[in-house]
Amino acid sequence: MKISREEVEHVARLARLALEPTELDELTGQLDAILGYVDKLNELDTEDVEPTAHAVPMENAFREDQVQASIGIERALQNAPSTAGSCYQVPKVIE
Amino acid sequence: MELNNLTISKLRQKLADGELTSVELTRACLERIAATNGKVNSFITVCEKAALAAAEAADQRIAAGDAAPLTGIPLAVKDIFNTLDVRTTCGSKILDNYVSPYDATVIAKLREQGAVIVGKLNMDEFAMGSSNENSAAGPVLNPWDLQRVPGGSSGGSAAAITAGQVPATLGTDTGGSIRQPAAHCGVVGLKPTYGRVSRFGVIAYASSLDQVGPLAGNVEDCALLLGAVAGYDPADSTSVDTPVPDYLTTLKEGVKGKKIGLPKEYFIEGLDPDVKKSVAAAIATYQQLGAEIVEVSLPHTDYAVACYYLIATAEASSNLARYDGVRFGVRKDAGEGLIGMYRQTRAAGFGDEVKRRIMLGTYALSSGYYDAYYLKAQKVRTLIREDFFAAFEQVDLLLTPVAPTPAFKIGEKVNDPLQMYLSDIFTIPVNLAGTCGISLPCGMNHEGLPIGLQLLGKPFAEAEILQAAWAFENATDWGGKFPEL
Repeated sequence: MKISREEVEHVARLARLALEPTELDELTGQLDAILGYVDKLNELDTEDVEPTAHAVPMENAFREDQVQASIGIERALQNAPSTAGSCYQVPKVIE
Repeated sequence: MELNNLTISKLRQKLADGELTSVELTRACLERIAATNGKVNSFITVCEKAALAAAEAADQRIAAGDAAPLTGIPLAVKDIFNTLDVRTTCGSKILDNYVSPYDATVIAKLREQGAVIVGKLNMDEFAMGSSNENSAAGPVLNPWDLQRVPGGSSGGSAAAITAGQVPATLGTDTGGSIRQPAAHCGVVGLKPTYGRVSRFGVIAYASSLDQVGPLAGNVEDCALLLGAVAGYDPADSTSVDTPVPDYLTTLKEGVKGKKIGLPKEYFIEGLDPDVKKSVAAAIATYQQLGAEIVEVSLPHTDYAVACYYLIATAEASSNLARYDGVRFGVRKDAGEGLIGMYRQTRAAGFGDEVKRRIMLGTYALSSGYYDAYYLKAQKVRTLIREDFFAAFEQVDLLLTPVAPTPAFKIGEKVNDPLQMYLSDIFTIPVNLAGTCGISLPCGMNHEGLPIGLQLLGKPFAEAEILQAAWAFENATDWGGKFPEL
């Protein structure tokens, strides 16, 4: 086994996904198969190979720090499930 | 009005001559959509009122002699593009109620030209899929055979053209999501070089791989639409500031003297015999057209799918962290605190494939596994890129099949994610390399399903692959075929 059910549960917590027991079972099998497949990358010696993070090698893209038009509070809040005044509202964080 | 055989250039002529108004044309598209969408399910949202208003404005602009190439032309876009005041779901339940507060740069560009956006097209949820079966809006069906998938993830973008609903569309391509559905639906689709088209306002899947591109019924329309959306955008720091050539002026220059490479790793055992035959015939056509055919090698091809599914899912797991029920989208809250709300929202809002990829990506990035999976994949990506650059020192472009088989049946691969992933084996490598590719029809199999030909080019060589595609399209009868619906 490349991955255990306990590890899948741990990953689900990291990913903020509340998964049903049946989903955890199914995912364990599927992830195990996929991880078994991607193991083939270890056939390649990449000791001296630089990683590619991006298709186009580029330096930081800088621009002048100028004030520009922005979307505005009303637009920014229009899709929020819950708002309070000009803020997004979330369930209580601190008891 | 039959829309199928009307290219954008023909429509432009009719609009310019006053033979047709944009309002009439737009109405015809809307009627066709109303008549056929129940069969193919290519549209998630139809913007009837806004489209007719845009068409009226376009007619005035044409009358004033101020028309741009796309003025008055009805188009539709994948539901991945933020479109001001239009519902934008990305094929997901989690964005079921999301109405875009702004336009993606490519949408703004279409509007500036006076194009008429008639609606938003169905897709695999968050662009994750090869069959368009992973959509909260239900699967798209292939107009050639309603039992079969149209390909994915831009399945709606391809099927809408095949169904004669609109002449051209925009899609996105992260691992083949424009080229594979184009092949399965018998249309032309182009994945530009990474950085050629702005991603601003395009809902992100895997940011180092995602690229916006056109789909159309023929190569010329594809070139026209690419020209309309390409170019540097200060709002996308990964877009590249190189001039956009006029793709139409060089389109008909032919392939005489061009060197076309056949990567031997793409002509493998297990390739469908009809696909093999059609691609072989395409090679012979290019020889007749004066191109030189050379065998080349892309030795790391066999590692591309594994490499892609680590990099893409890692990036996706990070990109999709934003769907947390706070700023937009659907919220599920059972009163178990903030983290509980996140977990329930995401569990209820995401479909199975999206959850699977978030899980795989989270795992590949997690403490203790980062080096073994994500970093390893990034290193293999370097080897895959180098393969392409070495090949492009020997040849001008590469020719391959788009997919190992024609469109498969609905349900055939849903329970086997790995088999589904392997259907992208010929399209994924070029996303990892970051260069450009085009898919165009090159045959039909024994059941009357379209087969696609893929041409891959050097970075920013879109003009060159379009040229080669046009030469083939005009030398053969495979383009511009549409099924009865």
